[in-house]
Amino acid sequence: MHRILALTIVVAGFGLPAMAEIAPEDVPWSEDGSVAESLTGTPGNPDEGKVIMTTNALGNCVACHAIEAMPDVPFQGDIAPQLDGAGDRWTEAQLRGIVIDAKRTFPESFMPGMYKVGPFIRPGVAYTAKPPEKPEDIKPILSAQQVEDVVAYLMTLSE
Amino acid sequence: MKLQHTMTAVTVLAATLALIATGPRAEPAQDDQLVINGEEEVPTQAPAPAHLDGALGDTIYSGWLFRDPDTRAMQKDDFDNPMFLFVDAGIETWNTPDGTEGKSCADCHNAIEDSMKGVRAALPKVTEKGELWSLENFVNDCRTNRMGAEAWGWNSQEMKNMTAAIGLQSRGMPVAVAIDGEAAPFWEKGKEMYYTRYGQLEMSCANCHEDNYGNYIRSDHLSQGQINGFPLYRLKDQGAVSTHQRFVGCVRDTRGVPFEAGSQEFRELELYVASRGLGLPVETPAVRH
Repeated sequence: MHRILALTIVVAGFGLPAMAEIAPEDVPWSEDGSVAESLTGTPGNPDEGKVIMTTNALGNCVACHAIEAMPDVPFQGDIAPQLDGAGDRWTEAQLRGIVIDAKRTFPESFMPGMYKVGPFIRPGVAYTAKPPEKPEDIKPILSAQQVEDVVAYLMTLSE
Repeated sequence: MKLQHTMTAVTVLAATLALIATGPRAEPAQDDQLVINGEEEVPTQAPAPAHLDGALGDTIYSGWLFRDPDTRAMQKDDFDNPMFLFVDAGIETWNTPDGTEGKSCADCHNAIEDSMKGVRAALPKVTEKGELWSLENFVNDCRTNRMGAEAWGWNSQEMKNMTAAIGLQSRGMPVAVAIDGEAAPFWEKGKEMYYTRYGQLEMSCANCHEDNYGNYIRSDHLSQGQINGFPLYRLKDQGAVSTHQRFVGCVRDTRGVPFEAGSQEFRELELYVASRGLGLPVETPAVRH
C-alpha cells in the first residue's frame, strides 16, 4: 500500500517516468571501465557541469586538475592530468566511467569515485568524521544528473 | 618593540598579498635556511632513511620548506612564533606542584633543559611493559602514577603546552625513533595504515605525501607530511595542533572515520611517520598553515 502511494507521488511529481535513474550500485559497467548508458536519460548541461567542476562542495575537479579553458578559476591543482582536450582523447562513455569511478579504468588512480557508495574502508558521512548509521547515509559525491552535466562539459573540451 | 611587531605584520601581509597575486608554484624552497633567532641553524633536509627504499627519492624535506615565506619567517624567531606562549605556559606548569602528592615535574626531573633533552626525538617508543607510548602517554603516566593528578586529554591545551615545552628541548636533534626489535611489529602496522586508502575519497597518506609532495591540491602545497615539528602552530586553526590531531583531520578529510587521538592505531602511525623523517632535525614547536 505504501509503495503504491509512493509510486503515485513520484509519477505525479515528475510526470511520465521516462527512464529510471541508474543507482550507483546498478551502473552498467563495460569491462574497460566505460559506461555507455546515460545515468538519467536526460542530456547533460555543460554550463551546469562547469559550475559543478569548480565548486568546492560539488565536484571540485579543479582541486586536482588544471583546465586552461577556465582561466578565471584560481588555484587549479596540478596533481592530476590537465583536462583540456579531454573530449578529443576520450569517448563520452569513457569519460562517464572515469567520472563515476576512475578506478575501473585506472586501478591505482588517486581520483575519488564521484558516483560511488562503496565498498570503502572506514567511510564517514561526508566530512563529519561520523560513521553511517545505515548504508544509505553514504551518498554519492555527485548526483546522477550532475555526472551527466560534468561529462557534457568535458565533451566540449576539444583542442 | 610594539612598532616593530606592527611593521612585521604589515610586511607579512604585503608578502601574503603578493603571493596570492602571483600564485606560487614551487617545489620545496631551495633558497631559504631555517636559522632560529639569527643563530641556531636547523637543517630542513636530510638523506632519506634506507627503509624508504627510494620512495621519497634521495632526500627528505621538512614541511617548513613547503610553506610560504611569511610562515617560514615566523618560525625563524621565537618572538614571532606563537607557540612560545604555549611553551612558556608548559614550563610554568613544569615547575608548579599538582595532584595529591604535591609534586611538580621539576621535583623529580629537575631542569627541563637538561632532563628532557633528546626525549621527544626518540618517541614514540616501546616501554618496559611492551607498549608503544607517545610523549603524551609518558606525561600522563607521571601525572596519574607519580603526582596523583588527573590525566590530561590528549589534545588538551595543557598537554600541548607540556609536549611543546618538552619537545623544544630536542630542537635541532635528529629524529631517532627505533623501528627494529620490539618496535618492529608496531612499525609494520603503522606502515600498513600509511598505505591504506581510507574514507569515501579512498585516499591514503601516501597518495598525497609520497606520490604528490611538491604538487598542489587547490592552493594547498603538499609536503612530505613530516611530523618533526609537532606540536606546532597551525595558522588555519589559530592554535597549537598535535600530531594525532592532524591525523584525525586528514582522515576526516578523506570523508572517513578517523581513529581516536591517542589510539593504538595512531600511535603506530605516529611511529611509522616519525621514521620517515629519521635524521631530520626536530623543529618543535614549528609554524605551519
